[in-house]
Amino acid sequence: MNADEFWKGLWRENPIFVQVLGMCPALAVSNTARNALAMGLATLFVLVASNAVVALLRDFVPKQVRIATFILIIATFVTVVDYTIQAVSLELHRALGAFISLIVVNCLILGRAEAFASRNGIGRSILDGAGMGLGFTLALFCLGAVREILGSGSLFGVALFHAEFQPWVIMLLPSGGFFTLAAWLMLFSRWRAPDA
Amino acid sequence: MVGPTRILEIRTSPHLLSGHRVETIMFNVVLALLPTTAWAIWCFGLKALLVLVTALASCLLTERAACAFSDRPSSLGDGSVAITGLLYGLTLPPGLPLWMVAVGGVIGVAMGKALFGGLGANPFNPALVARAFLQAAFPVAMTSWLPPFGPDRFGSLPASTLAPPFSRAVVDGWSGATPLAASKFGGELSALADLATGAVAGSLGETSGLLILLGGAWLVARHMMNWRIPVGIFTVVAGASALLHFVAPESHAPPGFMLFSGGLMLGAVFMATDMVGSPVTGAGCLLYGALIGALVVVIRAWGGMPEGVMYAILLANAVSPHIDRWIRPRVFGQVAAEGDG
Amino acid sequence: MSTPAPLPTADPSAWSMARALVGVGLVCGLLIVFVYEATRPTIERARAEALRRAVFEVLPGAASSQSFEPDENGRYIPAGANSSSEEIVHAGYDTDGRLVGLALDAAGMGYQDVIRLLYGYATEAEAIIGVQVLESRETPGLGDRVESDPGFQANFERLDVSLAADGQTILHPIEVVKPGEKQHPWQIDGLTGATITSNAIGSILRVSTLARLPAIHARLGDFEPKDSEPGDSEPGDSGKEVAP
Repeated sequence: MNADEFWKGLWRENPIFVQVLGMCPALAVSNTARNALAMGLATLFVLVASNAVVALLRDFVPKQVRIATFILIIATFVTVVDYTIQAVSLELHRALGAFISLIVVNCLILGRAEAFASRNGIGRSILDGAGMGLGFTLALFCLGAVREILGSGSLFGVALFHAEFQPWVIMLLPSGGFFTLAAWLMLFSRWRAPDA
Repeated sequence: MVGPTRILEIRTSPHLLSGHRVETIMFNVVLALLPTTAWAIWCFGLKALLVLVTALASCLLTERAACAFSDRPSSLGDGSVAITGLLYGLTLPPGLPLWMVAVGGVIGVAMGKALFGGLGANPFNPALVARAFLQAAFPVAMTSWLPPFGPDRFGSLPASTLAPPFSRAVVDGWSGATPLAASKFGGELSALADLATGAVAGSLGETSGLLILLGGAWLVARHMMNWRIPVGIFTVVAGASALLHFVAPESHAPPGFMLFSGGLMLGAVFMATDMVGSPVTGAGCLLYGALIGALVVVIRAWGGMPEGVMYAILLANAVSPHIDRWIRPRVFGQVAAEGDG
Repeated sequence: MSTPAPLPTADPSAWSMARALVGVGLVCGLLIVFVYEATRPTIERARAEALRRAVFEVLPGAASSQSFEPDENGRYIPAGANSSSEEIVHAGYDTDGRLVGLALDAAGMGYQDVIRLLYGYATEAEAIIGVQVLESRETPGLGDRVESDPGFQANFERLDVSLAADGQTILHPIEVVKPGEKQHPWQIDGLTGATITSNAIGSILRVSTLARLPAIHARLGDFEPKDSEPGDSEPGDSGKEVAP
């Protein structure tokens, strides 16, 4: 049963492909596989940490101030991630830009805190956060990989095609994000519900 | 009590049927497109034929695959996707690499039509979705034009046509600017006669305005096309560009040039009139046409690109449901009762 | 201390709300301060390294660099590590300790958003010898080619920005011309398909050189290594006569 808390986020309730949450980072920073993966992992960390803390404090925080407290907790972890990424790679931080700070307002994170972590134990909440975060990362990677392969002819910066490769410029633009997302949604819905 | 059970059928509009079937209409549209297509092939030669065939084949195959993917019966038979393929092919520049043509066809039909639920459910014209995608994906290849009536056009192919998949198009030695680009960036106007007959550089189907008008007239005569849409477009484009030309003749082209250059004719007659993406009421169609015309003039006069018919129609497609919501025919009780029966 | 599950209608006391908010806020604040302090040295080192690399990029031949900022009298003094002055100038020196040139920040509006760039100014040649885009969100594949296109970068091998005879302005302000029409050393060949971005780069450089080079050139002595005494006379390295 506990395992299900983890797996549901990856497949059955995937944040991007099923819940369609957190679209802003999903479309904005999925132009390369590396950016997408970094964004996904940053979100994963914030999600697990904030879920754990929210679950821990769920009896301590009165209902009336819970949202303010959740935001406080989430913002703290986002700031931690922000500094960590800057310390690891300035270049990556520049590529992700404001979207690291904007993890604060990713409705996926507040949504899990409110809908799950504030009502469940810490173990289940961590599993839930990890599953959702991994599902988010996986989806972002799916988008980023397609966009990088077609838009730049490479994956993780490694060129996949010959020198005469014609880049699909649209894939690097925001509109390419929409097209790629639409294609993945179509495939995912088909796989998930074969008789729908 | 024995008798046929009457089941209330619930379906979306239109509830009044004209008697035309989808197949008949589509067959007639193909017929109306034939002169333009034949002229395009004559002008540009073998490469045009290959582009058109590839466009058609990619659209047809995608439609077939999409039907299989979503477990729907094949909708190839209604002919709508053939029109999409043909129109899409006519909007492309003649030397476009065939692999790009195929990519656009797949995107247009899969993302622009099948994704929304197939014929009738697509908010945008699939042929234009395909072209818009290509324009954003391969801006250089989509704006490399070859002149018509090239020597040996039936015996040889430009190197770009057969560029292997995912490869850059090799730009041939001579690529001519379209009349619109020459006017916008160079301040030169082409002769109206050349524009009307199609002896200019441009996309396959945007060359001969007269043949397109001929096809349109055929469809209007058979009541298979709403004449209000092109009339709305032409009126606004002619009026607005006459005004601009009067105010600032050095920076704005005269109305005749605006009407016959670029994709305006093809767009107004065959793209904007797509029944799926246009409003249903007469007044709505006039408004929709006027909106397209205004957008075309605005994009051409002040936009960053020389041509704007494609974006104008796509934007108007998006507005069309709102036009329908805004302009509703008055409902008479009598008609409603009959229509129900 | 423990909070029993309240009845649906009962309001929790103001104390428990305040306690929750202040407590969580306090812990969060401490955590942030801790992480900030822990990562700061690394981040600053990385920033300085990135800047140093950019300076060397725009000043070919430079082996070391030193940042200067103007004091209230307009004199350039070595800048502190955390200086955020807009007027900051990075001087690059070759292995013999001679001044190669100065790297200056400049920013301006591009097609999508503000473009920030660093350009290298060779003091002897009075020319721009390198441009590096530090920050831009130009259209991938079109506008961002200003960073990668070798033809466009070739404009900045030696872009003339000589001062006028009176030293107050630039003889020929930088201008951008249509692709392939460059005739004079102060012109920039535009980039096909990136007209707006290449114009933006040109105008950023023009505005910045017009505004800053005359003042900087008058105080070149401040950047000479080591032996710069206060009140040093005009530098003798610019072969032309210097206005008083």
